[in-house]
Parts: sequence; C-alpha cells; structure tokens
Amino acid sequence: MTGILSLITFAPMIGVAAILALRAMSAGQDTAVVANRAKIVALVTSLVTLALSVFLVSKFDAKDTGFQFVETVTWFSGATYRMGVDGISILFVLLTAFLLPICILASWESVTDRVLEYLAAFLLLETLVIGVFCALDLVLFYLFFEGGLVPMFLIIGIWGGKNRVYAAYKFFLYTLLGSVLMLAAILAMASIAKTTSIPDLMVFKFDPKVQILLWLAFFASFAVKMPMWPVHTWLPDAHVEAPTAGSVILAGILLKMGGYGFLRFLLPMFPQASVYFTPLVFAMSVIAIIYTSLVALRQVDIKKLIAYSSVAHMGFVTMGIFSGNAQGVQGAIFQMLSHGVIAGALFLCVGVVYDRMHTREIAFYGGLANRMPWYAAVFLLFTMGNVGLPGTSGFVGEILTMTGAYHVSTWTALAATTGVILSAVYALSLYRRVMFGELVNPKLAAIQDLTVREVVIFAPLIASTLILGVRPGLIFNLTAASVDHLVGAYKAAVGG
Amino acid sequence: MEHIVTTLVFAPLVGALIAGLFGRRIGDIASQSVTTGLLLLTCGLSWMTFYQVIWGSWAGHATFTLAPFIQIGHFVSNWSIRIDTLSAVMLVVVSSVSALVHIYSWGYMAEDPSRPRFFAYLSLFTFAMLMLVTAADFMQLFFGWEGVGLASYLLIGFWFKKPSASAAAIKAFVVNRVGDFGFALGIMTVFWMFGTIQFAELFPLIAAKAGTQWTFIGQSWSAIDLACGLLFIGAMGKSAQFFLHTWLPDAMEGPTPVSALIHAATMVTAGVYMVCLLSPMFEYAPVTKQIVTLIGAVTALFAATVGLAQNDIKRVIAYSTCSQLGYMFFAAGVGAYQAAMFHLFTHAFFKALLFLGAGSVIHGMHHEQDMRKMGGLWKYLPVTYAVMVIGTLAITGFGIPGVELGFAGFYSKDAIIESAWAASGKNGIASFAFVVGLLAAGLTAFYSWRLAFMTFHGTAKWDSAHADAHGHDDHAHDAAHGHDDHAHDDHGHAHTPHESPLVMLVPLLALAVGAIGAGYAFVENFVGEHRDEFWRGAIFNAPTNHVLEHAHHAPEWVVMAPLVVSMAGLAVAIYVYLMNEGMGLRVASRGGPLHTFFYNKWFFDELYEATFVRAARFLGDVFWKIGDQKIIDGFGPDGVAAVSASVGRRLSKAQSGYVYHYAFVMLLGVAGLLSYALWAWAH
Repeated sequence: MTGILSLITFAPMIGVAAILALRAMSAGQDTAVVANRAKIVALVTSLVTLALSVFLVSKFDAKDTGFQFVETVTWFSGATYRMGVDGISILFVLLTAFLLPICILASWESVTDRVLEYLAAFLLLETLVIGVFCALDLVLFYLFFEGGLVPMFLIIGIWGGKNRVYAAYKFFLYTLLGSVLMLAAILAMASIAKTTSIPDLMVFKFDPKVQILLWLAFFASFAVKMPMWPVHTWLPDAHVEAPTAGSVILAGILLKMGGYGFLRFLLPMFPQASVYFTPLVFAMSVIAIIYTSLVALRQVDIKKLIAYSSVAHMGFVTMGIFSGNAQGVQGAIFQMLSHGVIAGALFLCVGVVYDRMHTREIAFYGGLANRMPWYAAVFLLFTMGNVGLPGTSGFVGEILTMTGAYHVSTWTALAATTGVILSAVYALSLYRRVMFGELVNPKLAAIQDLTVREVVIFAPLIASTLILGVRPGLIFNLTAASVDHLVGAYKAAVGG
Repeated sequence: MEHIVTTLVFAPLVGALIAGLFGRRIGDIASQSVTTGLLLLTCGLSWMTFYQVIWGSWAGHATFTLAPFIQIGHFVSNWSIRIDTLSAVMLVVVSSVSALVHIYSWGYMAEDPSRPRFFAYLSLFTFAMLMLVTAADFMQLFFGWEGVGLASYLLIGFWFKKPSASAAAIKAFVVNRVGDFGFALGIMTVFWMFGTIQFAELFPLIAAKAGTQWTFIGQSWSAIDLACGLLFIGAMGKSAQFFLHTWLPDAMEGPTPVSALIHAATMVTAGVYMVCLLSPMFEYAPVTKQIVTLIGAVTALFAATVGLAQNDIKRVIAYSTCSQLGYMFFAAGVGAYQAAMFHLFTHAFFKALLFLGAGSVIHGMHHEQDMRKMGGLWKYLPVTYAVMVIGTLAITGFGIPGVELGFAGFYSKDAIIESAWAASGKNGIASFAFVVGLLAAGLTAFYSWRLAFMTFHGTAKWDSAHADAHGHDDHAHDAAHGHDDHAHDDHGHAHTPHESPLVMLVPLLALAVGAIGAGYAFVENFVGEHRDEFWRGAIFNAPTNHVLEHAHHAPEWVVMAPLVVSMAGLAVAIYVYLMNEGMGLRVASRGGPLHTFFYNKWFFDELYEATFVRAARFLGDVFWKIGDQKIIDGFGPDGVAAVSASVGRRLSKAQSGYVYHYAFVMLLGVAGLLSYALWAWAH
C-alpha cells in the first residue's frame, strides 16, 4: 500500500497535465468543444481521486492510533518527504476528494471564461489540499499549506465578481500575516528539536515558555484560516466574489485546514500553551458565534449571510478542539466535516439562483417556493442542517462541542448555546425572504426548478447530511482511536 | 412485540416519504390514502400496545435498541423504542388524534392544491412525536423534540404565500429554540453530573446526588434543581408557558387540523410529558418544582384572561390550550404527575374536538374566523353544534361531584385542583396554584361558553355583515392565503353556512365519545385506586410525596368548588351573551384598561419586539458596520492599503491583470522565506 497517499495527492496533477496537453494540441479549434473535453478530463480525474480515497478509507485500520500508509523519502538538505494519515486526517482527504467532483460539475455551465485554466486551478488546489492533510513533515506541510493559497487566490482574483481584486487583496494580506509567523515558528522548532518530522515533534516536549511563542505563531496562521474573530473579515468578501465552486472549496475545505492545524500542531505539540490559552480561544470562539450570527442577521446578500454563518459555525469547532476532551474534539472534527458538506451545499444553493438571475441580493427574490418546489425542499434541508436540527449532521457537532466545552467552562457553553437560537433566526429569515410569499418580481416569473445536473450535484450532499445525521458513528468509528490517543496524550501532558 | 412497536413508530415516516417525494406523481388521493392508511395502522397497533402493556402479557416496560446514534465515551445514545405505561399513554393519544386529523383533513383540505405536501407534513410530525415519546435517552428525546418543532414550523407556514403565516412559523421555531437553549444546557448538565444520558441508567443515580451542589456559570447551585430547571425551560418553550407562550396564538395561522393535532392535543403537551417522564429527577428538585408550579399557575390564569377578550375563534381556543397546559404543569409541580398526565389525556380529546369543531365552523362559514360575524349557527351546523357543546362541557369540567359522573374534564381538572389543595398545607405556591386553578376554572367556563354562544346562538351576524365584508375581504384573504378556499364557490352557496361533510363529522363524533367518556373510563387507572398497577413505576413519587392520597380526602367544599365557579362562569356568559346580546361587544368597545390589557395579550409581543428583536438588529448593525467595517477592516487591510498610497491607487484601478502580481509576490515570498529557512536550519 505504500505510495497510495502520493498517488491520491498527485492524481489530480495527471489531470492538469492532460488539460495542458489538450490545450497544446487543440490550438485553433472551437474553444467550446475543447472546454467540454477539458471538463470531462477534470471530472474523470476527480472521480478517480475520489475512488482512490474511498479505497484508502476501506483499507484504513481504525483501531491503529498511529499514522498509516506512511511514505518516507529523504529529500534535500535534511528535509524528508514524509506522508501518512491517521483517523483525523484521512477524513479530510475524503472530504476533499468528495467535494471536488461536485465543484467541477457545479462549474459545468456557469464558467465560460478561460475554462481550461479554471479547471487546472481546481485540480492543482486539490493536490495541494490533500497534500496538507497527508504531509508528515513540517517543510512539506508548509509548502502544501501556503501553496494551496495560490490557486485559491487565482480562482477568486480571475473568475470572481466585480470586487474580486479587493477580495483577493484582503485574502492575501491576512494569510500573508499568518504565513510569515508560522514559518518563523517552523524554523524555531526545527532548530530546537533537530527534526521536522511531525510524528517526532508530536512527542517532543518543548519548554513551556517556548511553547507560548510557538503556539502564538501557529495560532495566528490557523486562526486566519478558520477564520476566527477578529481576523474573519476576509472571508465574507472572498465568498461574495468567488465563483460558486470557489466558495464550496473555500467553505468546504480551506477553512478546515485551520482546524486541522489546531489538532495536528497546537494540542499535541504545545499542550501547556494550549491549556494556558484556552480561555482566549474560548472567548474568541464565543464572540465569533454571537457576533457573527448577529451580523449575519443584517445581511442583504445571500452569500455574505452564509459566509458569516460559516464563521459562527467555526466558532463551535475551535471551542470543541480546545475543550480538550473526547466529546469536544470528536464534535469539532464532526462539525468540520458536516459544515464542509452543508456550507458547501448552501453555496451551491445560492449558485442555483445566481446562475439563473445573476444576483445574490435577498430582496430580489421571494416566493421561489411557488415555482421551484424541489429547490425549496433542498434549500430547506440544508438550512435545517445549518441550524443544527437533530437528524441532520449539523446537530451532532454542535451538541458535542457544546458538551465538551461545558466540562471546561460552563460560561462558554452557555454563551455558545445562544448560537443555536441566533442561527435559527438568521437562517430561517433568509429562507423566508427567498422562498416564501408571493412571487412578485416579474423577472422571476419564468424561473425554472432544479435541472438534472443540479439534482445530481445535490444528491450526494443530501445523502451525507442525512446519513451522518442519523449514524454519526460512521465517522466516529474512524476517528475514535486517534482522538482518544490525542486526548489521552494531551491530558497526560497537562496533568488533567 | 419489537416488530409491532417498530412498525407503529416508522409507519408514519414511510407515509410521509411517499407522499412528500412522490406525491405529485401518484396523485392526491393516493397520497392521502397511503398516509391515512398507515396512520390507522399505527393507531391500531398503539391501542394494542397500550392494552398489552397495562393489562396484557407485555406487562411492565421494555426498551428495544434499534441502532447506535451518538457514542462518544460515556455520552451514549441509541435509536431505541421505550415502551412503558407513560409512553403507551402518549402513543394512544398521539396516534388516535393524528389518525382522526388525517381523516378530517380529507374534507377540510379538499380544495387545497398541495394536499400531498400537507399529508406528508402531518405524517412526518406524527413520526417525530412518536420518536419523542418512545425515547430512552436525552438525545433521541431531543431529536423528537426538535423534529416536532420542524413539522410545526412547516405546518404553521403551510400557506407560505401569506406573510403572516411564514412570520408565525419562524416565531414558533425561534421561541422554541429559546426553550431548547435551556434544554440543551440541561442535557449537558445531566451528562457531566451523572456521566450518562440514558434514562434507565440515570434515574437510579438521582437520589444519591440530592442535596449536593453544582457549579454553573460561577455560581454554586443545588445540583438536581439546576438540571431540572434548565430542562424545564425546554418544556416551557414547547408547551407555551408564560414568557415563552407568544408563539402559540400566532401558530393558529396554520390550517385548523394542524392546530388540533399539534397545537392542542400532542406537541404542546410534550413539555408536560417530559416533566412526568423525568419525575425521578423532579422529585428531588424541590425548588424547581416550586418554579414549575408557579409558572404553570401563572400561565393558567394569564392565558384565561387573554382568552376572555379574543374574537378570533381559533385564538380563544389557543389561549384555552395554553391555560390548560398551565394546569398540567402546576399539577406536576405539586407532585401529582399522574393527574397531569390524566389531564393531558382527556384534554387531547376535548381540545382536539373543540379545534376540529371550530374548523367545521370555519369551513361552514367560508373561512370566516371572527366570532363577531357569526351567531345563530346551530340551525345550519347541528352536528358541529352538538359536538362543540360536548367539548365545552368537557373543558369546563361539567359533572356531578356526589355521584362521580361527568364529562372527561370533570375528572382530570378536579384531580388537579384537589392535588393543589392537598399540597397547599405548608406550601404557599401550591396554595396560590389552588386559588388560581379555581379562578381560572371560572374564567374557562366563561370564555368557553362565550365562544359557544357567540358562534351558535343569538342573531345571525353573517347575513348582512358577512356577505358584505366577504366580497372584498375574502378575495384579498384568498389571494393572500394562496390556497383555493371557498371564495369562488361562495357565489353558488349564496353565503349560507353549511354543515361539514361526513368525512369531517366522523372524527368529530369519535372525539366526542372521548370527551364524554375518557375521564369516567380511566379515572381509577390514572389517579385512583388502581394507579399503581396502571403506571407500574413509569412515574416516580418520592416516599414523602402523598399528594394524590391527600387529594382523595379533600373536603366537600374543595370538591364542590370547581363546579360552583364554572357554573358561575356559565351564568355570566348566559347573562352577557344570551340574555343581553351585544353587551359583550359594548363592554369591549368601551376599551377599558383591563380589556385593552387582555385584548393585547398583556403586551408581550410589543415588549419582546422592543427589547430582544430591536437589540438583536441594533447589535447586528453595530457589529457589522462599526466592528467589522470601521474597526477591523479600518485598522486592518484597508488601513494598510491607505497607508501605502501606491497600493491604494493601484487598487482603485482594479485591473484583473493585477491579480497575477499578488500571486507572484506570494509565491516569491513563500519560496524566499522557505529557502532562507532551509538554509538557516541546515547551518
């Protein structure tokens, strides 16, 4: 099985090569025909990657707490190409591979400009993101982590909306800040521990004083990615300007890199610092939940509303992770996966009407349920997932992260629980304003319900939202051993 | 047995899925037949279960685990079906009323174009409610709890074109979420306090924790009181108790069968059910029990006063429901859980009857709900009239104390009032509940008979006023409704009210049987001599709790008092609405402060609007426009841009080609830093 992780990681690059070859060969041909071929290449590539990921999960030994499918190749000047997955990261690989075909299908008709480059950017992004979750070496991780920003940045900056440059600029500025600090921390770690191997660093005991500095540096980078309040303002702009598929990737996967970083670096490597800063993280999480929910309430742009709601939901994730117990950490992982599906689906829902009407203004719509009953049903399902209705996957993560936090700080749990009220307010009022009432806008009079392609896109997302909502054990069975190991080591390190 | 209970719980889900997903393909009649048929199956199996659990071979209780739900450490929840007397009573109530409402809706909704959707929602609701009552742990309870909330949201907003309906739907969901906020915190408290969320594991642990302290939000609390108090907030939301009641009257925007099923007989009683189910906890929470009693009593009185002044026939019954739920809560609060469940049981029949009867009136009056435009209808709707009188006799607790013979409410309401009296010895709040219970019984009699008299007796106001107002009123109303009611065939009917079709009358007659006999038939089982064999430990009474025994020895005047006050209420209603017709309206139009206060529902909506709603909007704006835009962005990215004038200038050009520059800079930066890093590390 050695090599399968590299195969999954770089499989999308084969698609990129094929698309580039296609471009070179078909110069002068009808661009629409070429674009269509490229789409098929991209779709097939992403489906193959998905199939490989499913195969990977099927071969994964859920009882083993360590890293599996490990590959080690000595690289240059002491750095090592080291890959491997545990019960936490393997699910993010799967999530990435799951969302990519959906993104490509979602762009099938809506992207007409520079299609080949667009598809190549997405496949490159897939490689880099999967690489982030598989990398077991700091240098390699950093390369994937920062490299992943480039295609995302291009997707927003080239295929985005009117204010794409401002949005891309903001995205760039925030992430740059985080990257520089993280790089400095990686440097320091390498010189202290004399290794860049992540498994070795996870058992290395850093001096608590050093931990504080390293923790802060990593935290800055991951907090921007999550994003946590108050470094969240790039996200609404990035979402609003990004094309639909870009938003799906952004909400579905890129935000999860931050949470993954917390789990992979901060908790195991800097446990004392993590405990020390837990009140800070809790405060930021709770502010994120309440503050951004209230902001979401006042939005007039559908995408912005969902973007703010994402920040609030990520607040539950950070809260769960730093509760440092099995309920909180499992809940946080589950919440990330669930949010990846539900937020991705909500952005796709926005895409459905945006493709038809080319506006995201809430006031433009109203009464869509009259003409689009299936769309109304799908949107309702994901709205309910977003408000954490039991029976959808959105519930499980919320209740577990709150339960986990309760054990550490009842104030935090109390404040976070108000989020379940606020999410109902903004999500249902959005639904009402878009779906209910009479269809008054004459421009909507001929709007069509979901097409077959759109149904195909939504079907796997609906299935995962419901199946994971009823049987979350499908995830927990994979994560349990790794999380128990992580939590056990964390508690042992901090003496709790 | 396992197959039977599994079938009865999941049959409505199957119906909901078929009607919901394939309704348009298989057609209206097929959708209605499938859902109704499966509901009748559930109803039959529920009665069978009820019989078997209490008198038959399944004696006692059993829990069937179907599949794991959430299992993280000790946080273990399963999908399961818990069968004991408590859940069996609820199964019977839920499935019977639901089956009758399904049948009734064939007639009531006959002209609605979205019938498959309606029946799918009704069946979905029933499924969620059955999951709620058969839960064996807090997570499934919460699943059912919020599931019925979803169904309620969908059904209140069923006529989604109408702005008032979708507003009411959101209000119901959000106010319930406020309750669920407490409920969720209560579950977390229970989990960390006892290390389990399974009822069967939890209950034996309670007594040992009684009297211990628990730290919550920096305060030390009496442990069990805190847990029960938080859980009770959830019950307050679901059962529309004082402070969290505002959604229930608005929920009347939903079609009337929905009001009967969800907002009278079943869902709103879930809070009462929860408190009774958790009686092993509440029995060790003396302070919280006092709070439950107080909230229940205040609700009983408050809602009754508001009910006095309403003119919309459904709203009167809605406030009446709210008030009756208050009775159930204060019964549970004083420790008479059996009496609370008994009233829940009888109330389901007579309140569903009253709502469906009102629906029959509304149907017959071509969707008129204002009682001031009715009158003299008994001649036109004789069957409806007869069953409404039965329902009114039942809710006012009519019966003869000496010979112990009366309508359903007579047994259950008297049991509650006597329990409150029995508990009131050294318990001031119970004494308050007893007085309020009597007072509210008088008010109940008044507003219930007022409803009957304004609707069925006196002069017909609909002839002139109705035809006149109907012309434009109902067309606007119809357009807003979005459902095709009688506006068009009105012309054929020439505005004459008509009796409802048989398919609506049969459920009314069935419920009338329950409203007459449910009390007499079950009084000994629920609260009387045979209660121990009946409940079989499904309800727990602490060894010191002798409320029900004492209640049986209530003195003559306590036994007689409910009858006396309700007769007084009847007498006043006769005087004001029969003998001096028009007097009620004159009093109302004078607009005295008390009437204004009651008519406006104690100004709760205005209060909440002025505080919570405004504050949320205000804070949202502040955080967004000042917090995000001025402060964070101002000092963050925008500030950086402004400082660097050249960046600002280039930004204003906003050329897409510029993006490449950033990407390039980014890559360069990454590569440069990384090279430096590797170099530094290698040396």
